[in-house]
Amino acid sequence: MVKRKMPVGKIVSFILLIVMALAAVLPLYWMVCTAFQRPSLTMEFPPEWIPANPTLDNMRRFLGRPYIWTWTLNSAVVAGTVTLLHVFLAALAGYTFAKKEFIGDQFLFWLYVGSMMVPAQVTLIPLYLLMSKLCFLDTYAGLIAPGIAGPFGVFLMKQQISTLPSELLDAAKIDGCSEWALFQRIVLPLAKPGLAVLGIFTFVGQWNAFLWPLIITRSSTMRTLQVGLTLIQEEVPMQFAVLMAGATFAAIPMLTVFLIFQRYFLEGVTVGALKG
Amino acid sequence: MANVWTRLKKDKWAYIFLLPSFILFGTFFLFPVVWSVFLSLIDYQIWGSEFIGLDNYRMIATDRIFWVSLRNNFFYALGVVPLWLGKALIISALIFPFRKSIQTFFKAVFYMPHITSAVIISMIWLWIYNPPFGLLNYFLSLFGKPAVAWLGNTKTALPAIIAQTVVMGGGSSIVLISASMNGIPVHLYEAAELDGASKLVTWFRITLPLLRPTILYLVVMGTISSFQVFTQIYTMTKGGPQFSTITIVYLIYEKAFRSFRFGPASAMAVVLFAVVFCFAIVQFRWLGGEVEY
Repeated sequence: MVKRKMPVGKIVSFILLIVMALAAVLPLYWMVCTAFQRPSLTMEFPPEWIPANPTLDNMRRFLGRPYIWTWTLNSAVVAGTVTLLHVFLAALAGYTFAKKEFIGDQFLFWLYVGSMMVPAQVTLIPLYLLMSKLCFLDTYAGLIAPGIAGPFGVFLMKQQISTLPSELLDAAKIDGCSEWALFQRIVLPLAKPGLAVLGIFTFVGQWNAFLWPLIITRSSTMRTLQVGLTLIQEEVPMQFAVLMAGATFAAIPMLTVFLIFQRYFLEGVTVGALKG
Repeated sequence: MANVWTRLKKDKWAYIFLLPSFILFGTFFLFPVVWSVFLSLIDYQIWGSEFIGLDNYRMIATDRIFWVSLRNNFFYALGVVPLWLGKALIISALIFPFRKSIQTFFKAVFYMPHITSAVIISMIWLWIYNPPFGLLNYFLSLFGKPAVAWLGNTKTALPAIIAQTVVMGGGSSIVLISASMNGIPVHLYEAAELDGASKLVTWFRITLPLLRPTILYLVVMGTISSFQVFTQIYTMTKGGPQFSTITIVYLIYEKAFRSFRFGPASAMAVVLFAVVFCFAIVQFRWLGGEVEY
């Protein structure tokens, strides 16, 4: 790679990449920057690209608003519960489809895969009516249930677990391993990378979810952070500094998750999408 | 019969393992899908519903706003999907010759907006597009251009939302395309180089055709997600001004959860499904077919 011909081309592409990367990241930088800037500066030009006197005032004013911590807690509870349950149940079902033969297995798996083509919004209205019949409106159960039910996780786990050697499972069975122990002691540990990918994507997806929480919650104490942000946005549309503090507050957990699990994100995207 | 019974009994663990997942999937996904078709055929009222056949469909067919939302949504998808894909293809091609660490760095950078919620991204862009105080008009003023109310104008509002989606999007497509590019056998490139093919020709003749399955997947998924756009519209424009940014899902939301007209809203949802489904089939026809290396 060192000193091949056309270094000029490489330099040009590097500069192009930097420019495009800046365009994609600049809005996020601008959000963080404004969050820690004096509010009066948001109405002045030229903008201050590096806050000269960073301040926590905006963050304090955002966190001083009612319900912020309740919403944060709601988001964390919903995202956490959905992730745990979805990953566990999807692994169980995915393992069954991957390693077991039973009457109706192909038909059932086809149902899951076929459902992935259905836009989730198609289920919105019936799901809402169903939740109201179940008295799940404005409850954690209503927020959580549809998140666990989606078909994608089962498909992903089936793809993952199919790659595990069947001989290993057969050997364990011959040694008298029970069905449950087989799943818990052998399949789960071996499928860990797949579980991690599904878990991370589920968590981020749920934390960022908007339309369903918007519809299913009504009281101020049941809103999630994303819905709460839009409420504040509608209330004080011109207080950019406070709004950006709120946006930063809601974005930081996911950016942290991303930095820690970056490898899983960048490799996980390809799982299930490429022919495997 | 006894045979089936012993078979079922032998497979009992499979059913036990599948049951919890399937109950949830059936109750909160399959059943609502079927019910939504049923809902679109009735006049839904809390005190009792009445079967009215295709009346809901007739109603939305004569609803001007519904057609506007369809048109907007096609325009949005036609803007977003090709630009998004083009951006991802160019970036993937540009990072390909670099070291693994540099590739990873750029992939991570482009992926970052992807994990930030649509609400947050929309809030940031609401400010960037703000007429007196936004960054965009400030940049334009440096070149002596007058301020534009990007989201307040029927001509610019939808393109502005498309532009925002394209600038922030593409992160996962880049990762996917890069992965597929790594799967293309090196000897093909070596042969092309021996034949004296330029980098550009090699990309068009070798890389692009071999990426076809990945591109197909991205086009189908991109189109499906484009027809689901909601959060940006809700946060930034509420469908306005004068319905110029109203999209199907946003209209469904308004009809169902603001006006509580569940019947017509369900009919729209079924149409949305049909549109997405047709797109997927056409795209598979066009771009499908096996690729062999």
